[in-house]
Amino acid sequence: MIEVNHLSKRFESIMAVDDISFAAGKGEILGFLGPNGAGKSTTMKMITGFILPSDGEALVCGKKVQEVPTVTKGLIGYMSENAPLYDDMYVEDFLRYAGELRQMAADKIEAGVNRVIDLCALTSVRYQKIETLSKGFRRRVSMAQALIHDPEVLILDEPTDGLDPNQKHEVRTLIRQLSGNKCIVLSTHILEEVEEVCTRAIIIAKGKLLYDGTPADLKSKSKQHKLDDVFRAITTGESVQGVNL
Amino acid sequence: MIAEVTKSIVRREFKSYFASPLGYVFLIIFLFAIGYVTFEPGSGSFFLMRQADLSSFFRYVPYLFLFLVPAVSMRLLAEERKSGTIELLLTMPVTEAQVVFGKFLAAWLFVAVALAGTFPLVLTVIYLGSPDLGVVILGYLGAALLAGAFLAIGIFFSAISKNQVVSFILGVVFCYVLLMAGSPPILGFISTFLPKFLVEIFESLSIMNHFESMGRGVIVIGDLFFFALMIGGWLYGTILLITEKKSN
Repeated sequence: MIEVNHLSKRFESIMAVDDISFAAGKGEILGFLGPNGAGKSTTMKMITGFILPSDGEALVCGKKVQEVPTVTKGLIGYMSENAPLYDDMYVEDFLRYAGELRQMAADKIEAGVNRVIDLCALTSVRYQKIETLSKGFRRRVSMAQALIHDPEVLILDEPTDGLDPNQKHEVRTLIRQLSGNKCIVLSTHILEEVEEVCTRAIIIAKGKLLYDGTPADLKSKSKQHKLDDVFRAITTGESVQGVNL
Repeated sequence: MIAEVTKSIVRREFKSYFASPLGYVFLIIFLFAIGYVTFEPGSGSFFLMRQADLSSFFRYVPYLFLFLVPAVSMRLLAEERKSGTIELLLTMPVTEAQVVFGKFLAAWLFVAVALAGTFPLVLTVIYLGSPDLGVVILGYLGAALLAGAFLAIGIFFSAISKNQVVSFILGVVFCYVLLMAGSPPILGFISTFLPKFLVEIFESLSIMNHFESMGRGVIVIGDLFFFALMIGGWLYGTILLITEKKSN
């Protein structure tokens, strides 16, 4: 459902994403791992069509993002980093607006709003202004807007960042629940999250793709089964005791 | 003709003026100020002229708009970029043109509401005498087009910086320069370094000349064309700018 071929992005002298290729299909939950500034968000932004690649191409459901951006944007549900929202809007109005921007029919919007409010447990804040919401609720509203049109592809940039352990657990449960007929890509720098949620992991550092495989395989590279050690060995290139790459 | 999604953007942006104090502050200050300056006691004032028309009103509209209209447009894109919601908006299946056009229309509608709020002045002159209503209507049309031009300039500078204050200041400066492009001080200044034909082109860009021409009660296609070009040009520039700079 997602295909990325030799994708690169250069910001002046910095190579933010350097020749990355991968593909992800239906039912997969793909975890993007990497240190801060590795190029995870930039890669996601290129798939969503928010920024244009310097080189290479991204395809969503077989359609090229650069050629038909409004079509591929319509197929994706996207939650960007830090969950930016319109603070002056009410939760319900905001979700309805998201449905309108996605050009859904009026009755579908109503049904969609009710569905995502249920799904993301937003009933208690439905008529509240977004600026009054806590961080956890903001994330959930952002998640809800990404799900309003029941997209085939879901792209989540650090969906659990800044949440407390209970909220993290809820979000992970929700993501697992959603998989099935969707293709989900999420980025994180929390290693347990990959183990717990993802069916596949990709490690990116300094813009390059360094690992592509299952979380279990990744873990087995360490004698003590420490993901931290494997992550450090792969991303820094240093030899770490007990890790055999 | 206008896409459904553009209408949604217009609705949300228009409502957002009233979700914060900005809309109310603008309306109150504009209506108070325009009411005061229209009847101000001075030479050339409404009462000295002893004419039941709105010439003193239309004389002050450009100067009030000069400061108030960029305040309406400054947040349109700067705020989206600062808060990161631009990413939310532009990863929806909408085009940059729909976003810019929708936001511009919402702001224009808002200023139109402010202009419509000056209707008691029209009633006053109708009560006092028999003004030429054609001139009044054309004057209002001119004022609306003037606001449109200022908004298009303002939204362009709203796309240039994430900082709303910077957007506001640049908007005011450029609105001023284009408003007064035909005035001797500005022409005198630019003729020191530009050849004569360029100075003449620059002079023809004077918003004030076109506005005053409409205020005399004559519809000149050239004036309408000028405002259409002004609005279209700055909006097109905004679309290019936001496509280029959205992710920075």
